[in-house]
Amino acid sequence: MAVLSGIEVEQRPAHPRKNRVRWTASDEASGLALISPTLLYAVALLFLPILIVVAYSFWTQDYLTIDRTFTLQNYQTALGEPIYQDLLVRSLVISLVVSVVTVTVSYPIAWFISFHGGAHKNLWLFLITVPCWTSYLLRVMSWKVILGYGGVMNTGLLSIGIIDKPLTSLLYNSNAVVITLVHSWAAFAILPIFVSLEKVDRSLIEAAHDLGDNKLMSFLRVTLPLSLPGVISAFLIVMIPTVGDYVTPKLVGGKDGVMIATAIQAQFGKGANWPLGAALSVTTMVIVSAAAGIAVLALKLLVRMAK
Amino acid sequence: MPETPMITIEAVNKFYGIYKALDDVSLDIAAGEFFSLLGPSGCGKTTLLRSIAGFDTPSTGDIRIDGQSVIGTPPNRRPTNMVFQSYAIFPHLDVEENVAYGLKRLKLDASEERRRVGAALDQVRLGHLGKRRAHELSGGQRQRVALARALVMRPKVLLLDEPLSALDKKLREEMQVELRSLQKAVGITFILVTHDQYEALALSDRIAVMFGGRIAQVATPKEIYQRPTTRQVADFLGGMNFMKARITGETATRLSVETPRFGGVTLDKPLGFSARNGTATIGIRPERLRVLWDDARSDFEVAGRVVDRHYFGEITHLIVDIPGMEQPLSVSETNNFGADDIPVGDAVRLAYDPDALVALSD
Repeated sequence: MAVLSGIEVEQRPAHPRKNRVRWTASDEASGLALISPTLLYAVALLFLPILIVVAYSFWTQDYLTIDRTFTLQNYQTALGEPIYQDLLVRSLVISLVVSVVTVTVSYPIAWFISFHGGAHKNLWLFLITVPCWTSYLLRVMSWKVILGYGGVMNTGLLSIGIIDKPLTSLLYNSNAVVITLVHSWAAFAILPIFVSLEKVDRSLIEAAHDLGDNKLMSFLRVTLPLSLPGVISAFLIVMIPTVGDYVTPKLVGGKDGVMIATAIQAQFGKGANWPLGAALSVTTMVIVSAAAGIAVLALKLLVRMAK
Repeated sequence: MPETPMITIEAVNKFYGIYKALDDVSLDIAAGEFFSLLGPSGCGKTTLLRSIAGFDTPSTGDIRIDGQSVIGTPPNRRPTNMVFQSYAIFPHLDVEENVAYGLKRLKLDASEERRRVGAALDQVRLGHLGKRRAHELSGGQRQRVALARALVMRPKVLLLDEPLSALDKKLREEMQVELRSLQKAVGITFILVTHDQYEALALSDRIAVMFGGRIAQVATPKEIYQRPTTRQVADFLGGMNFMKARITGETATRLSVETPRFGGVTLDKPLGFSARNGTATIGIRPERLRVLWDDARSDFEVAGRVVDRHYFGEITHLIVDIPGMEQPLSVSETNNFGADDIPVGDAVRLAYDPDALVALSD
């Protein structure tokens, strides 16, 4: 807004010709100048690749040559082939489940740190980031050790007698993908939720108690709605990247846990069909955006109902 | 005071570690009374209010509301409601939803709820702003929402935590008048926490002045202003000239002293008074001293020289040095007769009423 109001001020002088000279001295101009290196970098590395991907998705490839005539054939394949439909739906379902579980697990942790962290808030936050110090690959691999046939989980359950032979349903399926991703993304969900909880004025919660609410009611009617921005950003931070996650399904997903990224990778790699890969990517992007939008609306609606 | 007080505070102590926030506080507050807790920041007044509301728990002692001990009762089950210093208006709700917040739990039917919310908003003259959000309201309007939201619950006791401190002077004075008439209209016991002595004097039926977790004096505004019992209370409530006087006689209730320039007087002995080296502190308010013009005479007068002059618009403070007194006297004169024109250095005679002198505990 400060930038916008800067423009208004600059447009006020009676001689319009002066404006152009003056603009270079305005706040907006100096602001843009300051961010220009980052802006150019971001534009170059974000929009350019996306444009190229979009362009490719309308072309065709014959072995090594690209045919640049416009066609919707790739999208027909991406949306029409049952295998791709299945993969898209599965990716979406897995990422939604991962987001819901991650946010649900992370919220109480963030709440605890914010409301009961006391003098040790920073220590708690620090501890939460500790797992991120090891490589993402290592963390995914270690879940193989935990969930595997002779893994920590199975031997543990066996030794306390809950099961009498190792469970095979732990690893190499979509459950394993969900478990691994929830663990990987928890820190990224806790932080935005924590920040939004910190911003909730504690006197509002006291006011709710004063007006007759017990602890649960004041949480549902005041704390939760006011921390919704954090919940939404946590949800999006987890959901958007997990739809396209490639490493986790590859390592712990097995046959059942294959997601769309694997198919896209295959088209750009062994399949040597870049246009189809591009069309799958664009389709995924559009569907993820739509799903994220719907999820945000649903969350807002849910909270409106609580009040 | 009627037989059963609305609020009884009995020997309440509150410790934070080794810090004593409340030190043996006992107090009775009558039903329908406008009661103020007055004191500097950190004196324990807010802790006491929050203990009545249930947000703080006394370490020892008892608090009874309408005869019922409320120790261990959470805030949501006490017959009190609070107006918070920051107003604590729910930012995600509009004005009507804020006011209706506490009513939702009562499961009233929709028309009754709307009627009560409307009535409460009309009471604070906000009927036209029902759909506004907190961030669209001015400070004064937020304050009214906070009042309406508490009053709509029909509490037995309304607790106000420095409700006017965030408002500018003019609005604050308007709201004081309104708060007082609102209290008269609803007839609920109001307990106001404030550090502004004028606010306490203007609004209250009775005032408790607190220092360091203790109650120093409880009295009506007039009594507490004119007959403070300690030097600290006298000082906190406004300007006061202090002087040391030699004690010449003492009974259970009266004290005879010989003052440096105000002659020999016999005064009421304040509670808990103890003499130090045979002397007592005597005080007189600056506005109880009056400049004698030309040939005017008074049976009680002191003579001195103006050493400084401070102009405040409607009044002027003259600082008058009296030979034989340790401290110069501060005199507050209205500007009707030209006190603002007395040159510094001029000799003046001051008249006083011996009744205006008070003996104070140190």
